[in-house]
Amino acid sequence: MNLDPFHATFGYDCYHFRPHDLAAPSRSRGTIINNRLIFGTLFVSFFFYSAYVYTVGTEAAHVPPMSDEARRGQQVFQKYNCIACHQFYGLGGYMGPDLTNVISNRGEAYAGAFIAAGTASMPNLGLSPDETSDVVSYLGFVDTTGTYPPKNYEVTWFGWVTQEDDPQ
Amino acid sequence: MIAREHDLIGLNFLRLGMLSLGVGMFFGVIGGFQFLFPDFLQELLFTKTRPIHVSMVVSWIFLAAIGGIYFYLPRQQNLKLWSPVAANIHFWVFIFTGLAILFSYLTGRFGGREYFEFPAALSVPIFFTWIMFGVNYFNTVRKEKEPWPVYYWMWGTGVVFFFITFCEAYLWLIPYFRESMVREIIVQWKSYGALTGSWNMLVYGTAIYVATRISGDKEAARSRMAFSLYFLGLFNLIFGWAHHTYLVPSQTWIRLFAYGVSMTELLILGKILWDWRGSLTEFQKNLHCNAYRFLFAADIWIFINLVLALIISVPAFNLVTHGTHVTVAHSMGSTIGINTMILLSSVFYIIREELSAEVHGVCSGQVRTGFWVSNISLAVFFVALLAAGFGRGLYDGASFQDMATQIRPFMMVFVLSGVTLMLGIWLVLWNAFRLMGMIVSSATSEEVQPEAA
Repeated sequence: MNLDPFHATFGYDCYHFRPHDLAAPSRSRGTIINNRLIFGTLFVSFFFYSAYVYTVGTEAAHVPPMSDEARRGQQVFQKYNCIACHQFYGLGGYMGPDLTNVISNRGEAYAGAFIAAGTASMPNLGLSPDETSDVVSYLGFVDTTGTYPPKNYEVTWFGWVTQEDDPQ
Repeated sequence: MIAREHDLIGLNFLRLGMLSLGVGMFFGVIGGFQFLFPDFLQELLFTKTRPIHVSMVVSWIFLAAIGGIYFYLPRQQNLKLWSPVAANIHFWVFIFTGLAILFSYLTGRFGGREYFEFPAALSVPIFFTWIMFGVNYFNTVRKEKEPWPVYYWMWGTGVVFFFITFCEAYLWLIPYFRESMVREIIVQWKSYGALTGSWNMLVYGTAIYVATRISGDKEAARSRMAFSLYFLGLFNLIFGWAHHTYLVPSQTWIRLFAYGVSMTELLILGKILWDWRGSLTEFQKNLHCNAYRFLFAADIWIFINLVLALIISVPAFNLVTHGTHVTVAHSMGSTIGINTMILLSSVFYIIREELSAEVHGVCSGQVRTGFWVSNISLAVFFVALLAAGFGRGLYDGASFQDMATQIRPFMMVFVLSGVTLMLGIWLVLWNAFRLMGMIVSSATSEEVQPEAA
């Protein structure tokens, strides 16, 4: 993904700086104040935007609260670094499949068997039966949060994708 | 020219960074083979090799960028470091924390967060030394009497925003974030997107610094154009992260906003195309041939990555490319093609400035061979990842294994080109490491002589 809008900007410009294609150096006091003002405005906007994202922008009222088993499963998932190979919503490592809706698609028993025994391409990590059960609960919780990849969607004229199965 | 003893701090960071890159690439190759043959090195699972590879390569980027700042400010900008002691502490804490992180990976003790897979406690020393670095940096550059050039702003922005986004990456420790899947994943990727923007500020600041020094046109770094592009980059750093999460069910306007922000990069692309025709004609190419060569490569990779970035930021295309190796192609193209090439340019710029041409060699030889081998390999590597990514994104069956079998030929090319990429980079690193060692030796002997006399 485009992690770095900035790539282009400065990697490019570093190389092309030549007097004839640049505006005159801006060294006046007014320009320095303007630079500080623009930086300050962006900096403050960052905090307001973050506050929005932390609270209103990502609330998911339709999702049931996380159970104790799922909470423990989340810890087990992290303890074995499962995200190195798997993804949620397409984010993570690509060695294994995305697990966002594995419970809906394959069922708890199937997921539990894979975790407990491993496969040709996935090692048996030696989880205890309790740990396996907790991870399955966690995957069940993740499953309730949305659908990935989207199944019912429409592409608009300007390249936007409207998802009919998007809970938001 | 012989470096003074306190300039060694920057050189130490740079040499450690090169070591880190060399080792990180080796683990990347092991991980590549595990992708093809899951039984390969069972004792060292992919869950271990991937984080080692990622952490060491990211460390290279930070160490080389920080090393450049610690070197350039006192040595070339005549701004004595506010506290060389703090810089030395920073270096040693970085080493010990790095070793502890490596130990935690090898023994399978994970924090389990992508890109920060080490136990959260090991972030504490990074957190405190970063504050120390920030205090040292701002107290050093505030002695500058002239208006700040854009690279001081960029380095300062990188320092501040890395600190903020690094803290943000640990908000998951608070149950309010951790227990809401959507919020947790959005905040995680918000922080990662901006964090990458932060390290890019450090790296691109270095690029502008080196380019303006080579060209001799110092005023270019204070121009309106330079600052306009800097602020556009900062705007993207702050607001442009959400294209990572188009398919995560957050509020629609956040995603639409990200789409709009991402498209502002078209301005940059337009400027590149506008200037492209006359870009390769000037500069003191011969004097700084190696530094120039790596900047030139970065320029090409910027263009390629920007086109890819724009395409995959359009949600209709993102639907196919998200969660596939296309994303990996973009991140590899950026970290190796752009960041690493720029930082190697910085390394060779220092070598050229500190060693005479007779000592440091000239524009041919092993560095040139390594340069071409690594860049050609990277191009093959990049195309193989794109092919594998589109293969995965366009697969419409239900079997993951079946899809993996279909893209296997592309993955084989990816791994083989990864091996030659590593060999090419190693060749460059070996020469850079050796030459930088000569600078260090000269500086040390210079320090001893007056006392002996």
